[in-house]
Amino acid sequence: MAKHETPLLDELESGPWPSFVSDVKREAQFRKENPRNINFQIPADAPDDLLGVLELSYKHGRTHWKHGGIVGVFGYGGGVIGRYCDQPEMFPGVAHFHTMRVNQPGGKFYTTEYLRQLCDIWQMRGSGLTNMHGSTGDIILLGTQTDQLEEIFYELSHNMNQDLGGSGSNLRTPSDCVGQARCEYACYDTQALCFQLTQDYQDELHRPAFPYKFKFKFDGCPNCCVASIARSDMSFIGTWRDDIRIDQKAVAGYVGGEFKPNAGAHSGRDWGKFNIVAEVVDRCPTKCMRFEGGKLEINNKECTRCMHCINVMPRALRIGEDRGLSILVGAKAPIVDGAQMSSLLVPFLPVEEPYDELKAVIEAVWDWWMEEGKNRERLGELIKRQGFQKLLEATNIAPSPVHVKEPRSNPYIFWKAEEVEGGFDRDITEFRKHHLR
Amino acid sequence: MDEAAAKKVIVETLQGKKGKSKFYLKDFYAMVPDGKPREVKNLVNKMVEEGILEYWSSGSTTLIGLKGVGKQAGAEHED
Ligand code: SF4
Ligand code: SF4
Repeated sequence: MAKHETPLLDELESGPWPSFVSDVKREAQFRKENPRNINFQIPADAPDDLLGVLELSYKHGRTHWKHGGIVGVFGYGGGVIGRYCDQPEMFPGVAHFHTMRVNQPGGKFYTTEYLRQLCDIWQMRGSGLTNMHGSTGDIILLGTQTDQLEEIFYELSHNMNQDLGGSGSNLRTPSDCVGQARCEYACYDTQALCFQLTQDYQDELHRPAFPYKFKFKFDGCPNCCVASIARSDMSFIGTWRDDIRIDQKAVAGYVGGEFKPNAGAHSGRDWGKFNIVAEVVDRCPTKCMRFEGGKLEINNKECTRCMHCINVMPRALRIGEDRGLSILVGAKAPIVDGAQMSSLLVPFLPVEEPYDELKAVIEAVWDWWMEEGKNRERLGELIKRQGFQKLLEATNIAPSPVHVKEPRSNPYIFWKAEEVEGGFDRDITEFRKHHLR
Repeated sequence: MDEAAAKKVIVETLQGKKGKSKFYLKDFYAMVPDGKPREVKNLVNKMVEEGILEYWSSGSTTLIGLKGVGKQAGAEHED
């Protein structure tokens, strides 16, 4: 028998999708039976009470969690988020129910041994409930009590060599795609860069440094598997400057049906014979491809590296060899002013250790935002408020057509008097010699 | 302003604020106007480590105040 009746939550289990309600119930049952004789350090019925308080919220249409709190581990201003229930007598198991964010490994590569160790700590010292992973990328440990925080942190850091992630007005846990470890599209080593910047910016990651949160994400190519362009204040997206490498024999292989398009990814349905013109050439967003006489050609100058053709024919088309990354800035979720994608700031940077050039851009952006950003203003909102041009000035980057959304239809940039030869003053008599009134 | 003077100003300013116990990092920049944001940030974080100040976090934002001052309720606009 469940500790609390949860008719409304039970509804969530009736749909076609897996439900977190079933997961929480399963953990509640496990803790009740405790077959492994775990010495629970927080109430064993925390998952039951979690279901109870959630049911109550559904009934009332309002939350029963208080807002934030003063908890943390010594020396850190992030990684722990205080959560207190405003009905502690009814639900003592979740009277405190703090979240811990754990810095996920690069590319989210785990060993089963690591996961087991992590879960063992969390089942004993926390609720046993996790969220793999939060939208920033961290491993989220959901629900423990204040006196367990230092214990958990000690075990994570000393026994698992594992650090906490970021929260609050900090640099958030940097996150990256699997990159060169598994993916031939990767234009730079995402894990090396993500790891190095995580090390170099430890202070910003663990202690509040900014007007609000700040996220870094590293994608090895424009496929954006960690969605850096949509979800990070600063997106580092792999790209190349030279030409897409074409293997014409392999192109013929796709056309002749020898190779499956998209490496067979869409084979759940019969799409008919592969049609290179309809499925690749005509779908090129910049119309820079041509297929004539059995030969595929690309006008690389016009290619925006959208990855479509490469994704469809990975054997025939490969990323170029002069590789690096683009830096884009200002993406965020919808809270103020709606969701925003990031905008291109630096079109190309080679990725070379120790990443000095790249760090110079990061730190110039931070200096500007720390100085000018209002409280709780994301970088993207500041860019909107003050203008992208202000950011270019702050980072000392010369404006170029790639900074303009539609340079062909709206080449709009504000020039200052000192940037224009002779300034804005003109000799009217001289002007009138050539132009009638 | 040297470090000791800056700390003193911060503590006195916070003690002088009635009805508010938690502040944004940016509010501290104004208390030490001749310090760069990054220097003030480092000082504030040091004062937390020394037990003079403490963090309060909603998860998305961090506020900072004198250690032990203000109820938890401060965050819920009750004080
Ligand atoms: S973002 Fe690109 S490089 Fe990274 S895993 Fe995805 S496809 Fe591969
Ligand atoms: S990567 Fe995209 S833009 Fe470039 S040639 Fe292929 S389909 Fe066209």
